[in-house]
Amino acid sequence: MPEVIADDSVGLVTPQLLHFDEPLTLRSGRVLPQYDLMIETYGTLNADKSNAVLICHALSGDHHAAGYHSMDDRKPGWWDSAIGPGKPIDTNHFFVVALNNLGGCSGSTGPASINPETGQPYGPDFPIVAVRDWVHSQARLADRLGIQTWAAVVGGSLGGMQVLRWSIQYPQRLRHAVVIASAPKLSAQNIAFNEVARQAIAKDPDFYDGDYLEHGTIPKTGLTQARMLGHLTYLSEDAMRQKFGRELKEGKLNYSFAPEFQVESYLHYQGEKFSTRFDANTYMLMTKALDYFDPAGDYDNDLVKCLSNAVCKFLVVSFTTDWRFSPARSEEIVNALVQADKNVSYACIESDNGHDAFLLPIPRYLQVFSAYMQRIRSELTVAGGAR
Amino acid sequence: MSELREDLNIIQQWVKPDSQVLDLGCGEGMLLKYLREHKNVRGYGLEINPDKITACLANGVNVIEQDLNAGLSNFTDNSIDTVIMTQALQAVDRPDLLLDEMLRIGDEAIVTFPNFGYWRTRFYLLLKGRMPMSETLPYNWYDTPNIHMCTFRDFEILCREKGIRIVNKTVVDDEHKEHWTIRLWPSMLGEIAVYHITRK
Repeated sequence: MPEVIADDSVGLVTPQLLHFDEPLTLRSGRVLPQYDLMIETYGTLNADKSNAVLICHALSGDHHAAGYHSMDDRKPGWWDSAIGPGKPIDTNHFFVVALNNLGGCSGSTGPASINPETGQPYGPDFPIVAVRDWVHSQARLADRLGIQTWAAVVGGSLGGMQVLRWSIQYPQRLRHAVVIASAPKLSAQNIAFNEVARQAIAKDPDFYDGDYLEHGTIPKTGLTQARMLGHLTYLSEDAMRQKFGRELKEGKLNYSFAPEFQVESYLHYQGEKFSTRFDANTYMLMTKALDYFDPAGDYDNDLVKCLSNAVCKFLVVSFTTDWRFSPARSEEIVNALVQADKNVSYACIESDNGHDAFLLPIPRYLQVFSAYMQRIRSELTVAGGAR
Repeated sequence: MSELREDLNIIQQWVKPDSQVLDLGCGEGMLLKYLREHKNVRGYGLEINPDKITACLANGVNVIEQDLNAGLSNFTDNSIDTVIMTQALQAVDRPDLLLDEMLRIGDEAIVTFPNFGYWRTRFYLLLKGRMPMSETLPYNWYDTPNIHMCTFRDFEILCREKGIRIVNKTVVDDEHKEHWTIRLWPSMLGEIAVYHITRK
């Protein structure tokens, strides 16, 4: 609980629910006749609407990217380290928009929402959404907010994939793309991890093929296991050694199969916490969107050709110990952008924190991020003719 | 308008307007910034120093974190007009291989490096019997990043062996200034050389 709100926090924030009536045709061919998007905004949109920044969330993120919903909140939004007054995405200068993506479970239309056609929750019938569908819905959100061009679209991991997709799908509608700890497509290893996670959920007897809400249950065991596995891939071996080593919970071996090492109880704790807040069908959907993402697939598997339509400038960032989306994956993006003759900068940040690093306040990361965002700000000033 | 260091000023005159450059060890990106603002030159800088990378981002130049010693295989053949490397040739693992790479990627290259045949350096070794130190070469033999020092003649012999043509060269003092006395005997009196080279 924040006893006082720090000066560099956006403070107390209130989400807004926006309803969209225009049907959205999805990549799968299915149509969402209508939908809601839950969003949060921080900062003020300037007169010429040139200072808007879109935040794209990763697998388990949502619209609550910064600040607090109430003084009783234990933690701020998921990217509070990067968004706020004086932070890299400085809300004194930028108007920041964060949303919960379609298929999510934090207020936007998703598997747990009521299907207006049946009066029942969508459950497993909710259509599988792709990254391009999210970007399509985000473009409609921009229209609704009167934003023709984003100053920047920013995201890490699966969020970074949405940023890449923006640069290809709506090249004229963003001036900068910030792609952090991401990849141009998943590797076989990435897909394999996702499948193990999905199977853990699907094989939970409380899953009922996705109809668990009808049965008044949730597949807590499966979700816990999925999250434990996921969490493991977000950390580096070094980070785990430093954080837990081989430390024992009770200081001695008990010769039992209950969790004895600290690392075990940490994973159990993370998994169980997640299983009570996250929807299992959403988890299935999000991991599918990750697996399917491969924008070069529409361009003869040529990433250079795929990115050749982009007009925005790019910042790509990776982290040394991230093995889920390793620096080499970010460098694939950078090299393709160089070959496509695009403006791109790249930093590989030294960090022990694995994939999780993109959410953490690592000094060099914040410096790089701030320097780039300040450059975007200086372009705003020139464009607006102010100062 | 930004003031440019003298050696960078020599280099910028050799870069064609509206062309594309790759600056190996681009520092804070001052040359790239100048070339963009004054000659409409596009390009990328490679750098590994974190503070310099941040400075490049602030300067609005394209900077890519990449170690020159790990190679440049991510850049395709003839993809860049001019590849530039200032004061880094002597500090890389294999200057000869890097020169090959520069002229594989670029139509031409511009290279600057300190002259180990400068008269003060020669006399330092001759009289003191110790590895030379100076304002241009401020390091001890055991901690210097300059692991492959050469003289102007050494460099020109290497170019000849590789079939590299020297288009232009300028020799300057430690303040990167040209001076008529240097022109009398450049290999003895010049501290820093700026070479413009090509395979064509």
